Amino acid sequence: MVKRNMKTYALATDAGDISYTDTKRYLWMASLAYALMPFLGIGAHALFGHQAWLALPLFVAYVIGPILDWWLGEDENNPPEEIVPLLEEDPYYRLLPMLTVPLHFASLIGAAYWAGTQALSWWGVLLLAVSAGIANGLGINTGHELGHKKTQLERNLAKIVLAVPAYGHFSIEHNRGHHRDVATPEDPASSRMGESIYKFARREIPGAFRRAWAVEDERLTRKGVSVWSWANEILQSYTVTFALQISLIAAFGWVMIPFLAIHNFLAWWQLTSANYIEHYGLLRQKEPSGKYERCQPHHSWNSNHKYTNLVLFHLERHSDHHAHPTRRYQSLRNFKDVPRLPNGYNGMFPLAYVPPLWFRVMDPRLMALPHIDGDMTRVNIDPDNKEALYAKYGVAGLNENLSATEAA
Amino acid sequence: MSSVHECPGCGYQYHQDLGDEHEGFAPGTPFDKLPEDWVCPDCSVRYKEDFQPLQ
Repeated sequence: MVKRNMKTYALATDAGDISYTDTKRYLWMASLAYALMPFLGIGAHALFGHQAWLALPLFVAYVIGPILDWWLGEDENNPPEEIVPLLEEDPYYRLLPMLTVPLHFASLIGAAYWAGTQALSWWGVLLLAVSAGIANGLGINTGHELGHKKTQLERNLAKIVLAVPAYGHFSIEHNRGHHRDVATPEDPASSRMGESIYKFARREIPGAFRRAWAVEDERLTRKGVSVWSWANEILQSYTVTFALQISLIAAFGWVMIPFLAIHNFLAWWQLTSANYIEHYGLLRQKEPSGKYERCQPHHSWNSNHKYTNLVLFHLERHSDHHAHPTRRYQSLRNFKDVPRLPNGYNGMFPLAYVPPLWFRVMDPRLMALPHIDGDMTRVNIDPDNKEALYAKYGVAGLNENLSATEAA
Repeated sequence: MSSVHECPGCGYQYHQDLGDEHEGFAPGTPFDKLPEDWVCPDCSVRYKEDFQPLQ
């Protein structure tokens, strides 16, 4: 049966006919709408006249978003493995992330135009910068989806969209650094138990840049090319950023300097928030060879909440993403028995911004995971809070450690 | 020694004859001369020792 407005894939196999209807097929266009969120505030301001309307995108993101995730609930549907190649080849799905690329440029330029041409007080400009920064933090998500793919077109578009929030080192840092080191103490983009998001950000933001530069330097050195050359893919993206943001300063004046600084930081902060909640406290074990075990599904926190997954190209099905980083968003699967977040990302972000609340909700969840089961030695823990956390949660792990030491 | 090795996770193939220009491995570089800590350049989640020889 083919339902209207939905696409059913059918495949005849030796074991019988397999069919799959992607009920989210057209809903994926939400990603396009979300990139244009600043225009919602600008439109409302133009219509109703008060600059407080510029806060409308923030209200949608942090109030409407979590309510929709709670109300619409979770989607646990998976495409059958046999159908995945059909989904991966479907040009419709490939097109959507590419189409969001110009929309992120539009949302920055549109918000900058409004900030530079309207009679706004300082907090009106601030609201515009924050809402554009949140929308273009989503540009990092688009860059993430595109940057993991194997075609040169998609990889180039990733560099271009990452230029909007001035984060051109992301593809290299994330693909070659974070995916390699995820859920280990060495990864600046994996948060530790007992580490607040504010402490994490001070480790993550500079650590990500340093690792990206080191990885690119190593590649270029092998090629016999200087890291200070056009072959450096980080500098390619930064060049687009420089041209774009200098043009905005030239067009709309000095107000663009604080506007762009806030915009860029807010976009980075969206990534920091996502990184913070995606692997909180999770730890890969070391094998006898000294290398870490391969990343397993229980090394990522997941959410199947419908609304934020549609906005984020299924980023919240994070375990499958780390198991198969080149798999496209439409094919990412829900796994049973993986660490689960109680709400989608837009609900979890504000929780992370209030560390005592975050620790209260997440620490017991972490300790109760089946593969941890109260064993602190299986947790990626903040060294500064180790003693306090052992005292609070770690009797089982501490006893084991002591008996291991005594036995040795 | 096989001249083609494949990543069991994502299907990336390293051909000795072609090397990998983007990664800085000249054509003719044998698989066993790649760095020991090398990971798949496409997915980064499979180590060198995970690669399967194809021919």
